[in-house]
Amino acid sequence: MNISLGITKTIHDWLFSVMPEGLASITEMVLIAAVYLAVFAVFGLYLVLLERKVAAWFQLRMGPNRVGFKGLLQTLADALKLVSKELTGTEKADKFLYNLAPYFVIISALMALAVFPFTQEFQAFDINIGIFFLIAISSIGVIGILLGGWSSNNKFALIGAMRSGVQTISYELSIGLSLLTMVLITGSLQLSEIVEVQKNGWLIVQGHIPAIIAFMIYMIAGTAETNRAPFDMVEAESELGAGFHTEYSGMKFAYFFLAEFINMFIISAIATTVFFGAWLSPFGITESIPWLGVFWFLGKVFVIVFLMMWFRWTFPRLRIDQLLTLEWKYLLPINLVNIVVMAFIVWQNLIIQL
Amino acid sequence: MDTTTVNSNFKSEEYFINMGPQHPATHGVLRLLLTIDGEIIKKVEPDLGYIHRSIEKMCERDSYQQIVHLTDRMDYLSSHINNEAVCLTVENALELEVPERVKVIRTIIGELTRIASHCLWWGVMGMDVGALTTYFYGFRDREMVNDIFEETCGARLTMNYNIPGGLMYDIHPNFIQRTKDFVAHFKTKIPEYDKLLTGNVIFQKRMKGVGILSKEDAISFGASGPVGRGSGYSCDVRKHHPYSALNKVTFNESLKTAGDSLARYEVRIMEMWESLSIIEQLIDNIPEGDYKVTTKAVIKLPKGEYYQKVEAARGELGVYVISTGTKNPYRLKFRSPGFSNISLLNHIAVGGKIGDLVASMATLDIVVPDIDR
Amino acid sequence: MSYFSNIYNGIKSLLTGMGVTGKVFLNARKGTITQQYPENRETLKMFDRFRGEVVMPHDKENEHRCTGCQKCEIACPNGSIEIVWDRVVNPETGKKKKEIDKFVYHLGLCTMCSLCIEACPTDAIVWAQNYENSVYDRSYLTKVLNQPESKLMDGVED
Repeated sequence: MNISLGITKTIHDWLFSVMPEGLASITEMVLIAAVYLAVFAVFGLYLVLLERKVAAWFQLRMGPNRVGFKGLLQTLADALKLVSKELTGTEKADKFLYNLAPYFVIISALMALAVFPFTQEFQAFDINIGIFFLIAISSIGVIGILLGGWSSNNKFALIGAMRSGVQTISYELSIGLSLLTMVLITGSLQLSEIVEVQKNGWLIVQGHIPAIIAFMIYMIAGTAETNRAPFDMVEAESELGAGFHTEYSGMKFAYFFLAEFINMFIISAIATTVFFGAWLSPFGITESIPWLGVFWFLGKVFVIVFLMMWFRWTFPRLRIDQLLTLEWKYLLPINLVNIVVMAFIVWQNLIIQL
Repeated sequence: MDTTTVNSNFKSEEYFINMGPQHPATHGVLRLLLTIDGEIIKKVEPDLGYIHRSIEKMCERDSYQQIVHLTDRMDYLSSHINNEAVCLTVENALELEVPERVKVIRTIIGELTRIASHCLWWGVMGMDVGALTTYFYGFRDREMVNDIFEETCGARLTMNYNIPGGLMYDIHPNFIQRTKDFVAHFKTKIPEYDKLLTGNVIFQKRMKGVGILSKEDAISFGASGPVGRGSGYSCDVRKHHPYSALNKVTFNESLKTAGDSLARYEVRIMEMWESLSIIEQLIDNIPEGDYKVTTKAVIKLPKGEYYQKVEAARGELGVYVISTGTKNPYRLKFRSPGFSNISLLNHIAVGGKIGDLVASMATLDIVVPDIDR
Repeated sequence: MSYFSNIYNGIKSLLTGMGVTGKVFLNARKGTITQQYPENRETLKMFDRFRGEVVMPHDKENEHRCTGCQKCEIACPNGSIEIVWDRVVNPETGKKKKEIDKFVYHLGLCTMCSLCIEACPTDAIVWAQNYENSVYDRSYLTKVLNQPESKLMDGVED
């Protein structure tokens, strides 16, 4: 057996041998959650570092290079600083909601991570409504943003939060519909099965033209979902200062910040799973070594993450009404037509099978 | 609240928000008092005076040589042109004819200053509409101009290179070569600017038809520089009242008639091309001669009133001096372009969104020390 | 139809923009304009006209060229220069002559306008090209430019 599965299986067997079944399952869940939490907190930090490096390379700069070898410890140092900082807030803020908001954002971001198939065996939670679960979870985050902006007692934060509400509700539609287009091919919402279908070619190849259109729409809507430039109306540095998290400091701010990067990872991971065959290697070149799937998965994710960074450091920001125009007048109609085209292709079996 | 009748369940109320003095979009310490209905701007009141240093009053204390260095600190992005304005005023009052060499060098450095200023404006413009990368590209090219200044004038920003009667030193031997290198370099970069920002569909949508200023309003609000020319108001001082060596060169006045933010943006991009062409015409023809005429150590202007205007990077800069025949001016007034242009803000931003306000403000190219002086 | 051409042109313009930044990204290594400041102190040379601070050069006999004419003090717009002087009887000729006691220069008040150096008839003060002028206490910014025990160079007259 392969390495990754070997370890998990040993732990699983050992747990069930020393504990009653119920307790063992709970312990196992807690263990997995703790591992995911630790891994992705660090992962998020390194995504921040990557973003800063990539931004620097786009902007003729060097990026962080002082802390640790080539600046590798920079974001860890930043996190340490944020942890040690005082938590400030406005005087007349709604304290309960104000404190609650960051947890909403970070928990919803972390929850979504549970379902991704990193390799065939390495998937924490394979439910049969995987895609639906992801869409549902990823729209919870906006409640945190709304709460944070509303309860901060700051008008800039309030404007940011309201923009966020408008933006996320609109772009949820496009995300859902573009994923639905692909679900027409797979015929299943379960992520492991979606990957299984792609063994005959990634879905973006199978679905050819409508799949590419769906991918483009998904990328636009996904960037908007994560509130990143060119859709960073929510933060809009030059307009609102810092938007909804103007009044947050220290660790609470770090939660918002980390959530943005984990969300970026999630959006890219969904794209990888649905369009680019998750852990499958191109043409099955490493099929005999299943644990290499993790690297294929992460590699594909990083390509898409890089694409999103490229967007961010190139494009100007849209205005709020143009944002809505783009969604309701362009993406949504195209998406609906695209679904019909895809349905036709699936019906006539015009799918490209490798 | 009792007196108002509520007609609908969704009654919107205007609210008030303070933008600045510490806000990234206001480029310094400008405070905007905004009245907003949701996202729509109802009223903008610029509140000035946060960095007022009473430069005009200090000028009454100083000798005419000393006044020049204070003007560096007004519109610090076109400091050379500000210096030139004061020097020209003094020279005109003394009826002093400066050598041709001085005129040509002043014009070249003035146009380089304009390019440097527009580079920074372009970078900040992009940043205000959300494209952060433009800032660094603008600065990359601006640095080259700053190096030229540093080599010849000794400073990058507050150069104080002009003195009444000429220049402080002669140009550096490397000046001509460096300037030619820069012109060649920058000619490849403006098309890049266009590709990155001007042509971008999002940018076009953000700028087109936003912040419209009619020609009539531009004239009645006293707009000058690229702001006025974006509205079709031909107000280039260099064209209408040429000073220094500007009557020896041919260039077109950049004019656009649309009057929106995009027109103001395009006027500045066109101006960069025009400045390059002016530099190219002059750089090989710098006449030999002295770099200054010696003036008396204590300059006393004859009794009277003098006015001289020049085209600074932001528009028309006027220097108005009343002299009583002593070594200090009795009164000195700067007609700064920024002050007139900021008064337009309420006019062009009302009815737009917050994003439009920021974008329109960026096209006005505000430098707060120029407004406050 | 313009609906579709709008989409096409829009996407094309976006890709052009990405091409510009992408090219910079690929040339990131040699295109970098960052200067690693404290490390490049050795190689960082200022231009010879750079205005760092006003200094008074002395030759090896500890002689300077300042006659104490105070033209720089008058030319300075900010009062950065104060000259403390006295009339000293020259033992050889028996004439009273102006001689500086202290040439006080307030770097904290200086705007680097170069008017003092232009005004100096004997080139006694020049610009230094140093660029690290920050100190921990404001009093360090007040400097006495003439070295202790220094004298006026022979033959320098204003």
